Amino acid sequence: MTLKIIVLIKQVPDIEKVRFDVETGRIDRSSAPAEINPFDLNALEAAAQIKEKVGGYIIALSMGPPQAVSSLKDAMARGADEAILLEDKKFAGADTWATSYTLAGAIKKIGEYDIILCGEKTVDGDTGQVGAEVAEQLSIPHVYYVSKIVDVSDKNIVVVSEMNDASYTIEATYPVLVSVTKDVNKPRLPTLKDKLRAMKSDVKVWHAADLEGIIDLNCVGYFGSPTNVHKVVIPQERFREGKIFRSVNEGLENILNVLVKKRLI
Amino acid sequence: MESYRSKIFVLTELRDGGFHPISFELLGKGREIAERLGGELCAIVMGNQVGKDACMELIYYGADKVFLYNSELFSGPNIINFKHNLVRLVEEEKPDIFLVGATHFGRSLAPRVAAALKTGLTADCIDLEVDEKGELIQIRPAFTGNILAHIKTKTKPVMTTVRYKVMNACPRNSKRRGAVIVKEAEEPRERNVKFVGKYGTRKLNIADAEVIVSGGRGLGSPDGFNLLKELADLLGGVVGSSRTPVDEGWISKEHQVGFSGNTVKPKLYIACGISGSPQHLAGMKDSETIIAINVDPSAPIFKVADYGIVGDLYEVIPLLIKEIKARKVRKC
Ligand SMILES: Cc1cc2nc3c(=O)[nH]c(=O)nc-3n(C[C@H](O)[C@H](O)[C@H](O)COP(=O)(O)OP(=O)(O)OC[C@H]3O[C@@H](n4cnc5c(N)ncnc54)[C@H](O)[C@@H]3O)c2cc1C
Ligand SMILES: Nc1ncnc2c1ncn2[C@@H]1O[C@H](COP(=O)(O)O)[C@@H](O)[C@H]1O
Repeated sequence: MTLKIIVLIKQVPDIEKVRFDVETGRIDRSSAPAEINPFDLNALEAAAQIKEKVGGYIIALSMGPPQAVSSLKDAMARGADEAILLEDKKFAGADTWATSYTLAGAIKKIGEYDIILCGEKTVDGDTGQVGAEVAEQLSIPHVYYVSKIVDVSDKNIVVVSEMNDASYTIEATYPVLVSVTKDVNKPRLPTLKDKLRAMKSDVKVWHAADLEGIIDLNCVGYFGSPTNVHKVVIPQERFREGKIFRSVNEGLENILNVLVKKRLI
Repeated sequence: MESYRSKIFVLTELRDGGFHPISFELLGKGREIAERLGGELCAIVMGNQVGKDACMELIYYGADKVFLYNSELFSGPNIINFKHNLVRLVEEEKPDIFLVGATHFGRSLAPRVAAALKTGLTADCIDLEVDEKGELIQIRPAFTGNILAHIKTKTKPVMTTVRYKVMNACPRNSKRRGAVIVKEAEEPRERNVKFVGKYGTRKLNIADAEVIVSGGRGLGSPDGFNLLKELADLLGGVVGSSRTPVDEGWISKEHQVGFSGNTVKPKLYIACGISGSPQHLAGMKDSETIIAINVDPSAPIFKVADYGIVGDLYEVIPLLIKEIKARKVRKC
């Protein structure tokens, strides 16, 4: 038996480069190249390592605009055997509930699976909610904040989950959803050969109609979303003294005064 | 019988037998919203052997009512047990607003509850406001802290997770009255994960620290942290780190501050040899006072610093340590 592993990935803008319009709060996505959400690289690497250990078949699944095909090809270079993009105008503007509802619908269409892997959070949406919401929609258990995969076999997986003041060893039978942190592994870079192979392989694209009968299409995208962004603002930075000293002695004197004022010395 | 126009739920969190401070912060905000809306504020306690007296504290800190569950089911962070019982309670009580702490536990649990109830959830809020229509505006950072989104929810209950240390608890008032209602926990039939045991305990909770002395790649080697530790000890603080030293294996990950580490809000944050990447700033830019030491005058960390020294940390910090020690001696 080989494990069937689904990895949820999202294409996001490179956060170091993306620009924001201070006046309107608008995000200029065209200002930055798009890439796989960094935390999802850890999820892909975890899938690749599980496959190496016990054998497996990896499906990368993403919901996003047509351009997201490039990130799914990247996922194939990083070990995915198959890639599916959920792309439709109807899916646009989804919040975490509608996103997880749509992803869960696609997973039901995929059918049998053992492990769903996802990243801790996305660098744009930044909620960390989609994974657990997918698990609930599928009525399967989930484990969050996984920093270590201790053991994996064709019957179960043992992981370490970071929870507040302690970490716990957790054992799960399949199917289960596992959300990983960046500490779980160091993602490998794909080789040139992997990249070339991935370039030639196909990404499947599923539209809303492909999920007809599996999910209620009134519940997807902007109109199916229980929350909506009503305004976006660039945060007002706190007032800062901004006293920067090039002379060490003068700087030290000021710092010592702060420490005294704060009663730290 | 008083009649309320709305109902607000707050999920408390237990830690080592007591309530985690986030519980009182949530009640503080919940009280404010309740006053605005003419609402009833209900605290939920899910634990094992929690006394009614302990629950009275929640009333003194603003709750009108406490739902108390005691069961083995809640002795560990078993999300499905909590979810199952919370969903039942929401279905019985029909709250309008439901606040949960944005801790690891809360962020793992709340989405599951929200998905089960088919309602909206807003993550990691740093502020909540009630608008003129009486609707809740949930304010949260997105895009790695670069923007603040104002979010409204169409469904009920409006669910949010709220970041630690951003809301204020009400002053304790032991004259406040309220009811503690004991509830029976039910065991879910859903398939679940198995808790094998504790893997480790966090030795450090950097989010609670009042003073943090952090080091970055500029330390050049793991030994640099010894110097920072000496300074932190003198100030009654702890050592923090940017991601680079953690990735390099110079220091353990519970010290990491930033987007993929801890969000902190100390009274004083000293950044040594840290450039100030957006991901680092996302975790510390709300600190009360920020001091930066960096050789590069163009380092972005200086843009958020109250005080900064353009200089070599290996020159500046030993001098700072020497001065602090000298003053301490003079005081004796
Ligand atoms: C998804 C994602 C999540 C991330 N999460 C985090 C996170 O949680 N936290 C985080 O910190 N980073 C995070 N990062 C990484 C982040 O992008 C930066 O790479 C990192 O913060 C840089 O760390 P640094 O400032 O220590 O190193 P650098 O950027 O290399 O800066 C080192 C600084 O030290 C100064 N310096 C050198 N020598 C000295 C000296 N002797 N004295 C004084 N100054 C000196 C240099 O001038 C320089 O400014 C994340 C990245 C991604 C993609
Ligand atoms: N549109 C999407 N398509 C596929 N996976 C997603 C999508 N959005 C979020 N995810 C997954 O859910 C995780 C958490 O995302 P978020 O809740 O947006 O922070 C991500 O790291 C992904 O693994």
